[in-house]
Formats: sequence, structure tokens, C-alpha cells
Amino acid sequence: MTTASAQAGWRFKKPSVIPGFGLTLGFALVYLTLIILIPLSGLAWRSASLGWADFWAIAMDRRTLNALKISFGTALAAAAVNVVFGTIVAWVLVRYPFPGRRIVDAMVDLPFALPTAVAGIALTTLYAPKGWIGSLLVPLGIKVAYTPLGIVAALVFIGLPFVVRTVQPIIEEIDKEIEEAAATLGATRFQTISRVLFPGLAPAIVTGFALAFARGVGEYGSVIFIAGNLPNVTEIAPLLIIIRLEEFNYPAATAIAAIMLIISFVMLLVINLLQAWSRKRYG
Amino acid sequence: MQVRVENVRKEFDTFPALHDVSLDIRSGELIALLGPSGSGKTTLLRLIAGLEQPTIGKIFFGEDDASEKSIRERNVGFVFQHYALFRHMTVADNIGFGLKVRPNASRPPADEIRKRASRLLDLVQLSGLEKRYPAQLSGGQRQRVALARAMAIEPKVLLLDEPFGALDAQVRRELRRWLREIHEATGHTTVFVTHDQEEALELADRVVVMSQGRIEQVGTADEVYDEPNSPFVYGFIGDSSSLPVKIEDDQLWLADRPIGLSAAGAPSGPATLFFRPHDVELLDGCSGCLAGTVAASRRVAGTKRVELEIGGHRERVEIELPVDHPSAQKSRIAFRPRKWKVFPTAGA
Repeated sequence: MTTASAQAGWRFKKPSVIPGFGLTLGFALVYLTLIILIPLSGLAWRSASLGWADFWAIAMDRRTLNALKISFGTALAAAAVNVVFGTIVAWVLVRYPFPGRRIVDAMVDLPFALPTAVAGIALTTLYAPKGWIGSLLVPLGIKVAYTPLGIVAALVFIGLPFVVRTVQPIIEEIDKEIEEAAATLGATRFQTISRVLFPGLAPAIVTGFALAFARGVGEYGSVIFIAGNLPNVTEIAPLLIIIRLEEFNYPAATAIAAIMLIISFVMLLVINLLQAWSRKRYG
Repeated sequence: MQVRVENVRKEFDTFPALHDVSLDIRSGELIALLGPSGSGKTTLLRLIAGLEQPTIGKIFFGEDDASEKSIRERNVGFVFQHYALFRHMTVADNIGFGLKVRPNASRPPADEIRKRASRLLDLVQLSGLEKRYPAQLSGGQRQRVALARAMAIEPKVLLLDEPFGALDAQVRRELRRWLREIHEATGHTTVFVTHDQEEALELADRVVVMSQGRIEQVGTADEVYDEPNSPFVYGFIGDSSSLPVKIEDDQLWLADRPIGLSAAGAPSGPATLFFRPHDVELLDGCSGCLAGTVAASRRVAGTKRVELEIGGHRERVEIELPVDHPSAQKSRIAFRPRKWKVFPTAGA
């Protein structure tokens, strides 16, 4: 996803002898313009019509700030959880041939396919104070549904396949000889994993993190069921946008969207640059 | 460090990769495991390293039973065919890895590790490449880094698995000479696996010829070439021609004619005669020799290779003659092998 930034300068790299460079580049640009650029510039246009002072007022509104904080905070937490568990899931799926592995492997993709509202309702039923899991947690003083923790749970569910599917192929590629080499050099199993295998997986893990995070920030369907949607506590930014739209307050809706867009773009750009840098170094 | 392999058998699932193999490796020796693919040579090397456990049998390092030690405790340097360098580490970090992962008590300080890495880089003639990443090196350079990395832990034994297998011929020859020099300079006990007989014969003090999970012969280059002890070794090392013959009255017979070679002491019965195509004596007449019709001839560098059809069954053998030899023009050639060996046919 990051080849362009790795190349030095702005000079066009000489295209290969295989024909089609002009055609494919043209197609890519037109396509991106239609699908992404025009809708997004519409967004910028609408929020620009607001004027700077009004925009700032909406952005600094307590409810807006809290919604943004909840959205980005829970998405980051969920992505962090997914990085750990997704990597372990991917490792187990690649390394250990156990009965039913193919089925588990296929199950990982379910969050991709399942309507997110269904996932949200299912999770809420499980984690509600009277639900199967929720009722076990209540005596421990842990409340999941209708709290930010519930949002994280939903986002973990939604984001898991992104991490598993980006890390899995890289684990498959690990050469057995690399681990054997580390062992003959005297490394313990833990040292082999932490110093040899993990750094090799890091770029894929970062990609998985970025994808899970981006998905989490934008997630709406599953969260609104489990979150409880209390303003300032469990109200996510996408929901606030919908609320503003229902109030016919289009400028406020577009302003919040524009802020989300800017923050997401900056974060993803940083992650991409990080990756381009590591790829350039380790080839 | 002396290494002793004692009656080792190794099965993968139920497939036996090694049958009852025993081998003594002397301290400081450079030894080659040579054989076709599937002969078990890599399995034997991996057993010595501890990367595999023997099904039956033991391996001793000096007096210690290595079977009880893990790979980490064996302290062997292993060089993999495809280098297995850590690609996210610089060359210096790769070489220093074995020292850095040691427990605190025996780990040298960081700048000592760095110094040792650059000394090893000098040894493998890659001075100044400390900061490079493996991706920025050529195949030959990577293999040398892999060797330096293996030597950094001051191993008791150095094991190399087809170390030059993935390199082109020119680089191979160069590295071969260079490995010999390094071995002489450092004196590590070294075992390497190869399927290239030229490499084995040129480089090793002793060659272990393996076939189908068994050791066929262990000996110096001269011994395995001049005194092969089995039909397999004769056929595998160097060029050879073979001919089915019969032993009777201490004489070799081809069909019903004696061929002028005496086999005193050999048991009577069917046998196979082996000789080197270049080690034959050409004769004018033929009473008690081998003679055949020229079926094909090829020019190979300074000599001519002639394929002869011999006897009623038109057995084909190959011999080599000088290009300018008068016999080269004839359609029928008589010869007698100068050096030869006869093995009774198995199962007879």
C-alpha cells in the first residue's frame, strides 16, 4: 500500500516495457476521483461553507470532543487488543495442524460477512448484565454492555480478521531454517520469537493494526447496539453525525466528519510512512 | 572436538532415513558427507547438530553424550544452504546474535561483541560491511556472513549443509579454496554436506560416501577414488564403466572367453567388472582381452571417448583414448583395463 512514498523525488519512474501504463494509471485516477475524491471534497466544501468561527465552535463543543475521544480511543484500544490476539490466532492457524483447523480458519472471516448490527445485538445479549457472559462479570464489578468497554468489545470483534489476514501469510512465509539458525546460535525459544521472528512480522502487524483501527473508527452498526449511546460517555462520533443529520444540522454533521477525516488521514499516513521506511531498510 | 556417531538409526514416520550409521570424526578434521539426494547425508548432519533426534543410537561430543543436550547446549555452528540470515538485522548484528543471546553471566560486553564481529568480518573478507543488511549482499557474501555468524559462538563443531549449493560455479570454486584456508587457520572440526564429488574430494580430509541411508565408505580422496569398496562407490565417484562378467578358476570370463584378468581368491560366480575409462591399455591383437565394435565416439577436450559394444549381448562400455592414437580410427578396438575391480553380483 505504500510503494509510491518509498521512491525518491517526484520524477516518474520509467514504466516497464509491458504496455498499459498510461491506461491503467488513467483508470486508477478516474476511479479514485469518482469513488473517493469527489465525495470527500463535497464534504470539505460543505464544511467550508460554515466559516472558520462556526467550524471551530462545533469542533470544540464538549459533546463533539467527547464523541471523538471515545471513537478514537476505543478504536485504538480495540486495535491494540486485536494485534496481540490476532497475531496469536494467526500463529496457531499456521503452525499447529489440529482437527477442525480449516473450519476455525474460515470462521475468522465471519466478522467481514456478518451484518454488523447482528454482531452488535449478539454481543449486547451476551454482555448485558443479565446475559451469559455479562452475568458472570457483574459480581466481579465489570460492566461491559452500555460502557466504553462494550464499544471496545464490539470493535475487537469487527477488527479481528484484519489482523489475522495480514499477519497470517507472513507467518506462513517464515523459513523454518531461520528458527533453527537462532536455536543453533544459542537463543532460547523466547529470544527466537522476540528478537528474530517478531521483528520480521512487525510490518505486517502494523498494517493489521492500521486496518483494524481504521475499521474501528468508522464502525457504526455494531457499536450503537452495545454502547448505550449516552452523550459524552458512550456516544461515538459516527452516531453524533447521524444525530446532527436527523436534526437537519448539516453543517455540524459535515464538520464532525471533516475532523474525523483529518485525524484518520494523518494517523494512517504516519503508519504508512513508518512501513515504507521499514520496508526500505529490510527489503 | 571429536564427534562419535554410534549406531544411529533415524526414521521419519515409518520411513527410515538412516540405517545403523556409525562414524568417528576426529578433532580438527574437515570431513565431507557425500551422496546423491535421499542418501541421508543432510539427516546425519542435522542429527549431529541436534536439529533432529535419533530414533535409536547415540552421538558423542568428546566423552559427553550429546543426545541428552538440547541444540542450544551443544554449541555447534550450523551454516544453512540458504544462509538463513536474519534480514532485519545488519551484518554485524547477525554475527553478534549468538553472543547477544547468552545469559548475562557469560555475555561479553557490547563493544567486545562489536569488535569480535568485525574481526570475523575481516576473516571472511567482508571488512567494512558491518552496517549492511543481508538484502544488500550477493549470494556469496551472504554465505560468508552466515559462516562468520556460526563461528562467532566459538563452536565445538562447525556443520555446513550444502554450503555452496545455491551459488554459481565461479563463486563456488573461490569459496571452496577460501573455506579450506579458514579451516586451516581456525582448526574447527568441520563437517559439510555436498552432492558435488569434486567439491568433496578437493576440500575434505576424509570423505564419507553415503547411499540410501547407509555409509558406503569412509576414506581420503585417494582411498575412495582408487580403492572403492562397493559397486556404488565405484560408480558414484569419478567416471566408470562396468561389465557383467563371470569368475571361474580365479579368472574373469566374459561369456565363454577369458579376458586376461586374474581374480585370485574371489569366489566363483557372476560378478561385475568396474574400471575407469581413462585407465585402459590399448592392444593390437586380442587373445585374452576385451574387444568391441565402436558404437559411438565423442571428442571431450583432449581425449576421445569411445563407446564399445562388447560380446554377444552387446554390452556397452566407455573408454577414453588420446585423440591421435591409431586405434581411434579403427572400427574395432581391443583393450585391457589397467586398474579394475570386480564385485560379486549381489544375491548370487
